[in-house]
Amino acid sequence: MPEKPTIDIDHVADLARIHLSDEEKRIYLSQLGKVLEYFERLDELDVSNVEPTAHAAPVYNVWREDVPGPTMSPSAAVMNAPAKREGQVVMPRVVSE
Amino acid sequence: MSLNTFDRTATSAVDAMRSIIERCDAVEPKIGAFLHRDAADALAQARASDERRAAGRPLGPLDGVVIGVKDLICVKGQPLTCASRILEGYISPYDAHVIEKLKAAGAILWGRLNMDEFAMGSSCETSAYQKTHNPWDLERTPGGSSGGSAAALAAGECEIALGSDTGGSIRQPAACCGIVGLKPTYGLVSRYGLAAFASSLDQIGPMGRTVADCAALLQAIAGHDGRDSTSLDVAVPDYMAALAQPERPVTIGLPKEYYTDGVDPEIRAAVDAAAKFYQSRGCTIKEVTLPHTDYAIPVYYIIAPAEASSNLSRYDGVRYTRRSKDAKDTFDVYAKSRGEGFGPEVKRRVLLGSYALSSGYYDAYYVRAQKVRTLIRNDFLKAFEDVDVLLTPTTPNPAFRLGEKTDDPLAMYLEDIFTISVNLAGLPGISLPCGFTKNGLPIGMQLIGKPLDEANLLKTAYTYEQAHEFRNARAKV
Repeated sequence: MPEKPTIDIDHVADLARIHLSDEEKRIYLSQLGKVLEYFERLDELDVSNVEPTAHAAPVYNVWREDVPGPTMSPSAAVMNAPAKREGQVVMPRVVSE
Repeated sequence: MSLNTFDRTATSAVDAMRSIIERCDAVEPKIGAFLHRDAADALAQARASDERRAAGRPLGPLDGVVIGVKDLICVKGQPLTCASRILEGYISPYDAHVIEKLKAAGAILWGRLNMDEFAMGSSCETSAYQKTHNPWDLERTPGGSSGGSAAALAAGECEIALGSDTGGSIRQPAACCGIVGLKPTYGLVSRYGLAAFASSLDQIGPMGRTVADCAALLQAIAGHDGRDSTSLDVAVPDYMAALAQPERPVTIGLPKEYYTDGVDPEIRAAVDAAAKFYQSRGCTIKEVTLPHTDYAIPVYYIIAPAEASSNLSRYDGVRYTRRSKDAKDTFDVYAKSRGEGFGPEVKRRVLLGSYALSSGYYDAYYVRAQKVRTLIRNDFLKAFEDVDVLLTPTTPNPAFRLGEKTDDPLAMYLEDIFTISVNLAGLPGISLPCGFTKNGLPIGMQLIGKPLDEANLLKTAYTYEQAHEFRNARAKV
């Protein structure tokens, strides 16, 4: 683990796509610092010969037949979108003119 | 005679539903377990159930039984908020797998139960909408995250309930509210239609006033579903039949790392007494060791936030109800909608998860945590070479006071110490009442089983429960 974990809170907030106020940045920076310190105890263990566990169920490569069946209607799929038009989600323009 | 507390041959579904609606009207102002209730819809479901029974065609033991649903499981046409502002106004466009099965079983789906926001918390206090009060002491939390489900059961506001458990979210509130809650083996119950928190840990499970009620509900919801790729394709045993079997002495392990000074003395005494009870019934009691127990909380609080940061990326102001009014461009739509819509604990965990997965830290945190997860799982598998089930306290402390731990995230995380390893290892675990503190707060004990050994786990719990009176105690609300 890195010697002293440094947190660039602006970078992390960007990665997380969460807008934070300055006050929030100050609080989370301090709280995350304490939590990361607590994580340092994992350094005590030698895990060089241990395989990672992604999940506990002994299930690998699950396949199913590609059979057409009933699915959600387009109107149901967008019914909860905050902005929609003609059965599609509306977003701000992403390409300038 | 039915083993369950509900019996629709004795009371009609409409009568049962009416009395529950009255009960909710009377106690909800004090408890606050429900985020949403639709009495007319529930009564219509009850009438349909009575008609089936009158026609001699009931759909099974759960036909007409009133089940509360935690507010992160999709019921078509009903609201779903995950107790978050970001999903305010969301209506589920489809049924979860467990809901399809419960509808096919004739159960009455009753209301939306409060929880910690996106199931992140141990007290229901991170809900964006309301506090839920513990029916045994209104100044205290019901536990969490399935605290609404546990409080509603303890207050008599539903007959059984669905919860979900990622790090103890069924078992810890069950212990705090004096009811029974079971987290099934990972993969036994489909997660299709469960709003995802940490996909490798999440399981839907039954909550009830008795072991038999949980067994009946597990029977109805367990089974393979092709829409969840981690759903196990295994035969589901007859759990109710397992309860009716003659008693069979089992070997019970006491993990020494769970019996430390950090446990409240009254809880310790109650769990010690339970071990003595099993011994008196011919069970063998053995001390076992789970040497990596101390690492479970850091492992969990890396893996769960990492998975959550990915799962919750879908709530971005595009498809799910809430978009910031200040959003000027695409990035704003994402970041401002999330900044306004998520509460503090969710932000904290998404930030933590994003950090743990970020370039330069991924191996040091996430991969290392997954490796230690292997060691934790191996500890359990080794212990289960010698014993059939493990007996532990469910929580180190009884239900804590509202507001007591909200300013200290780490203190809140430590409440999960006895439950989270079970999720990391994918095992089944059940919490059931085993006493009261001198202040009248419920105490829960946890039994942990081998993978897919729910029948044996339920039977072991049932043996204890039937020899004690705790299941008959009722909170005075």
